[in-house]
Amino acid sequence: MTEIAVARPVAEVPRRTLRGLLEPVVMSVTPVLLAIVAGGILLTILGRDPLSFYGDILQQGMLESFGLQQSVVRMATLLMIAAGLIVAFRANLWNLGLDGQFLLAAAFVAGLAPSIVSSLGMTVGLTLCFVIAAVVGAVWTLVPAGLKARFGVNEIITTLMMNFIGINLANILVKGPFLTDAPGVPRTDILPLAERLPVLFDTRIHIGILIAAATILLVHLVMTRTPLGLRLRVLGANPRAAVHFGLRTKRLTLVAFMVSGALIGMSGAVSMLGDWGSFRADWNPGYGFLVVPLVFLARLNALATVAFVALFAVIQIGGEYATREADLPNDFVLVLVGLILFFMAITEFMRVRRERRLAFVTAGLASRLRRGGDDG
Amino acid sequence: MDSSALLTEAFFAALISGALLAALPILFASLGEAISEQAGVLNVGLEGMMLFGAYAGFNGALYLHSSWLGLLAGIGGGVLASLTMVVLCVRMRLDQIVVGVALFLFAEGVTSLLHGAQFGESYPRLEKPSELAIPLLSDLPAVGESLFSVHPIVYIGFALVFLVSWMLRRTSTGLNVRAAGETPAALDAAGVSVVRTRTWAVLACGALAGLGGGYLAIIAAGSFTPFMTQGAGFMAIVIAMLTRGKVLWTIVGSLLFGVSLTIATALQLAGITIPTDWVQMLPFVTVILVLILFARRSYLPSALALPYVRGER
Repeated sequence: MTEIAVARPVAEVPRRTLRGLLEPVVMSVTPVLLAIVAGGILLTILGRDPLSFYGDILQQGMLESFGLQQSVVRMATLLMIAAGLIVAFRANLWNLGLDGQFLLAAAFVAGLAPSIVSSLGMTVGLTLCFVIAAVVGAVWTLVPAGLKARFGVNEIITTLMMNFIGINLANILVKGPFLTDAPGVPRTDILPLAERLPVLFDTRIHIGILIAAATILLVHLVMTRTPLGLRLRVLGANPRAAVHFGLRTKRLTLVAFMVSGALIGMSGAVSMLGDWGSFRADWNPGYGFLVVPLVFLARLNALATVAFVALFAVIQIGGEYATREADLPNDFVLVLVGLILFFMAITEFMRVRRERRLAFVTAGLASRLRRGGDDG
Repeated sequence: MDSSALLTEAFFAALISGALLAALPILFASLGEAISEQAGVLNVGLEGMMLFGAYAGFNGALYLHSSWLGLLAGIGGGVLASLTMVVLCVRMRLDQIVVGVALFLFAEGVTSLLHGAQFGESYPRLEKPSELAIPLLSDLPAVGESLFSVHPIVYIGFALVFLVSWMLRRTSTGLNVRAAGETPAALDAAGVSVVRTRTWAVLACGALAGLGGGYLAIIAAGSFTPFMTQGAGFMAIVIAMLTRGKVLWTIVGSLLFGVSLTIATALQLAGITIPTDWVQMLPFVTVILVLILFARRSYLPSALALPYVRGER
């Protein structure tokens, strides 16, 4: 269906050569650079100095110790979401209901964590919270997954619908059964600092980043090194071929959706148990749509995602400061992400067109040309 | 709960006028999306086009002091936004979903940014545009004022739905559009350009989405606020998908969404308070239930979201 979303089963470019290694890097970095330049032009039009703006982002998001810690903390949540997305996208299932899955799981965790952790203790309690989050996230994908598997209903629509329902349901929970007795903004009971995810050394960075790193590594290994991963990728690359292979596509669809939802739900747990400790009513950071482009940029490669999530976390954390300094709304990040997606699609188009042109020569000559004619 | 309070004039007036205000942007956008989907282009960036339309429309109405010129500006904004879809998806055949999501995010960011840079200090509001009162009908009790004393674009909007429905079913242009979404290869073989047909369909979709956005900013809200579409574009996509090519159903769908978006406010007038979170969920729950019940009958053009490459299967 698409050059970007579908994993190519046949490696066209030999991996071993320097060119073969460099090409994916160039293909991923170019759109980011182009987006930064285009964003700079937009800033200039608005009468702001792009250099000092981007300087602020780097300074606050990466170079200052406090900002760097915040960026790493943000990375933990985003990485978990990315892991969940990769599983679904690899199977060519468009799970776009991630905000609903994230918020609903976060609401459940935030509402239940204070009593669970205080009665069961840290280790068992926090683990149970993660399990709850995973179950909530997975359950929330059941309707889209079932409709897709059984009747082939377009999952973009159903996940988007469940997304809106999930967001509202999370708020209903937070304003209803999970509402705190304490005065102030409507929110859930606050999980005491001492009972949240333990921090590393003397920083504000909590072990969520380790959990996320382990998860993304696990997803990478499962997707690339196990039969299940292969089955999911076959399903994604060509559903018809998957049927002819004798794969049980309906079950695979359910599995991919539920694993995806579970991982995204767990990111809600990381966010609640590590970052915030409480769910404020009407809170919606909208991480979902922001992570989608990052996963594409990384070409659905779990390990490459880490680099892009890191970059994005820095932009988000630094951007909060930079936009305040430049007296602009915080939504500049959205512009950057949108631009990155546009340019990514265009760079991909250029690559495909170049390969098509070469392909019109003859296959053998084309590969020799591609390698620069050195070792045909 | 006093049930007679439900039947007051104030309740009906508030419900009908509120539902119309909320439904019209969705109606325009879903009509546009229906055309584009019939031509085989899944336009996920609809929300972005509406936002561009709302922003351009608000500026047009503010500086040109006319709601009509504002709506025209809104159409212009939507068409400009849809040009990216035309160039990237129809001409360059890039992935429609990736570009759609990009357009949506970009529009959210850019309109908010421009709005912040432009109106960061002052928050201008538009004066209420004049309404067209139909004699006699507008004097009817309860429903008269809210149904028959509205901005004329409302009537034009409903007329447009019938016009598009007739065009798609009864004219050769409509046949071309549907062929572009169903079997583009056949259209190509018949000597009609698939790319050109899809281009016009997407531009029409942009114009309608922009008009919907303009209506939202100029007539429904009277001002522009960032993210003001609040998912209306996505609701419109769902409605368009559920109509299965029978565009008259967009009226039913958008009114359903319109009613559920305003029923909370209207009920408050009747003295009943339902948390808005519950009410906001209603349209989406309805859609999911409809999908579960009628899933087997759902149907989409078979070449939807697939770029057309001559000679490729």
